[in-house]
Amino acid sequence: MSFDPSQFPFMEIAFWVMTVLALGGGIGVVASKNLFHSALFLIVSLFGVSGYYVLLSAGFLAVVQVMVYAGAIAVLILFAIMFSRRPMEKVSQANHQWWLALLMAVLLFAVLVGIVGLVDWPTDGGPEPAAAATTVQQLGVAFLGSYLIPFMVVSILLSVALIGAIMLAREKLEAEEMN
Amino acid sequence: MLQDFEFVGLLGAITFTIPIVTLLIAWFLRPKKPNPAKQETYESGMQTIGDTWVRFKVQYYIYALIFVVFDIEAVFLFPFAVALNQLPLYTLMWVIIFILLLFDGLLYAWRKGALHWS
Amino acid sequence: MQVIIDFLVSLNIPYVTEGVARFIVLLVFAGVVAVAAPAGLIILTWLERKIIARIQDRLGPNRAGPFGWLQAFADMIKMFTKEDITPANADRASYNIAPGLAVFSSIMVFAVIPFAPGFAGTYMNVGLLYIIAIGGLGSIAILMAGWSSNNKYSLLGAFRAVAMLLTYEVPMVMALVIVAIATGSMSLVAVTEAQGSMWYVVSMPLVFLIFFLSGVAEVGRSPFDLIEAESEIIAGFHTEYSGIKFGLFMIAEYVHMFALSFFAAVLFFGGWQIPFINVATLPFPIGSILGFLSLIVKVFFFVFVMMWLRGTLPRFRIDQLLDFGWKFLVPLTLVLLIASAFVVRLFSPGSSTGIPVAPGPLSGLGTAGEIIALLITNLVIAVLTMVMVASAARRSRNQALRAVSGVEPMPAGQPGK
Repeated sequence: MSFDPSQFPFMEIAFWVMTVLALGGGIGVVASKNLFHSALFLIVSLFGVSGYYVLLSAGFLAVVQVMVYAGAIAVLILFAIMFSRRPMEKVSQANHQWWLALLMAVLLFAVLVGIVGLVDWPTDGGPEPAAAATTVQQLGVAFLGSYLIPFMVVSILLSVALIGAIMLAREKLEAEEMN
Repeated sequence: MLQDFEFVGLLGAITFTIPIVTLLIAWFLRPKKPNPAKQETYESGMQTIGDTWVRFKVQYYIYALIFVVFDIEAVFLFPFAVALNQLPLYTLMWVIIFILLLFDGLLYAWRKGALHWS
Repeated sequence: MQVIIDFLVSLNIPYVTEGVARFIVLLVFAGVVAVAAPAGLIILTWLERKIIARIQDRLGPNRAGPFGWLQAFADMIKMFTKEDITPANADRASYNIAPGLAVFSSIMVFAVIPFAPGFAGTYMNVGLLYIIAIGGLGSIAILMAGWSSNNKYSLLGAFRAVAMLLTYEVPMVMALVIVAIATGSMSLVAVTEAQGSMWYVVSMPLVFLIFFLSGVAEVGRSPFDLIEAESEIIAGFHTEYSGIKFGLFMIAEYVHMFALSFFAAVLFFGGWQIPFINVATLPFPIGSILGFLSLIVKVFFFVFVMMWLRGTLPRFRIDQLLDFGWKFLVPLTLVLLIASAFVVRLFSPGSSTGIPVAPGPLSGLGTAGEIIALLITNLVIAVLTMVMVASAARRSRNQALRAVSGVEPMPAGQPGK
């Protein structure tokens, strides 16, 4: 049996590893009885998605995914969980409407598979992605060029979110100042 | 682009095994004498009083929230930084507005006392 | 590294093509990095104990081996053979994974550092963002540790630690954006090469200070080390950890400190660049060795500075820390960012290929002009900041004086009348 290292299926292995992470993490979020573990499985799933971005040559997106999701939003979620739960509290994952949920999930899955099957996916890999060094540069030019309005709307959105959150938290803050 | 991550993957695989190997070696080397007194939660030598429950302090959550906002701001500023020399000079004005809007949120939080650690 | 790959290919071993040779070389390199980072721990712990001891006018370890060199090994053996006491009701999975995750995130940042001309593990063009992303995993590890220990104090310690980490990550990220502005790329290799003319610490000293301060706070070293302040919150989030798991947390902290020194050296002190010598053009072994040595010298300089700080300064309170971070460093860094973007754009040489852009108005003055302009900007902002802070401090001091004693404070500049 001849062994040709250049044919070694690295991409396939990487793809399956990322799939295990993404899907396994997703299943773990739903199936875990401990809320903290669910949050940790979510982080695993986010890493899997980041791996997909790497496989698609979107290095910037992959790193941003880890930085924003796993680094900031996951911490936010963990804070919320840690403040509101006792450790080792077991949560039952089923209630008596589980058959309805299962039905809806299967229906949704069927619809999505149908849509995906209807699309004519190109099998030749598409055009070569731009050379790595210029991708982020092109993003930057696009942000301040043709996508300027979404760029500014993002900043307005972020500041509104921040101010809104502070306003909502003010009552709690004042209650704590009293104590 | 994908080739760049080859080294990261290799280093990740090797680094992943380091804590595992360390823990395995230690598992072989150390004594195992479990004892109920040893396994109690530590509270300066006393019996623990009450549940392991920490009072909800809004402060922590607000810091994390402001951090998320500034993290996303940085994500948008990095492509700008890289593309700076390709951009016409007036676009700097838009970036300044972008930064000032987010700084505005921080100022609001400051004035409303949300940044004060009680 | 291409040189080594070419050499391997030229040996004509069966099955060893370019791709395979590259894989083998990268694997060996990864192994070296993964082992060297915690091995540096041995040197660092010895250095730390000796330096702190000398600052405190005592000897430090000198029993285990000559000059106490074997002390770290003795500590390691001790850690391995200590009994592992897991608290009852601890969350076993998270409890065991947390130290491993902390070590993992500390070592992974070394993937993007250029160690010598041609010897970077990866030339990825998002290196700066990668550092931030992997560093963020450390906060997750701390939260896991605090939560799974099932101990009020661990939980509190973890919250405080993460609050401080998040606070100081913002100025650090913004300082990295400024470095990206000055370089025009996010790749650390490009940053190192761009400092061939002048190190960034000379043209942007204030940015370096902010980066280093935030970095020291991120690592959790003195004077920002309330995370492990023994007198306050027992031992913070690693109260319930014993033996090798605690050892892993210590490894993570020292490797993180090592990594911060590497970043300060690469991003602001030119990495493997040596002043007045163009290292990249020297032939293979000499250039790489010289560059690597210069990097190591700079790294150990920063390590020494961090230990010096630890031995000298008292620690800050958490509210002082958080105020300093949010109310001082973040606005200062944002102002610096805008100013640096302005200056760099004004001096940009323009481009005729790709997207045609006219050169900036001051580009005639060249890189020297850019460096001087950045330096002036940094100094002006530093002076203005100090004046503002001084007057704000005087105002609040006078206010307090009036409130407390009803005495009218003296106007500034009239000592002892």
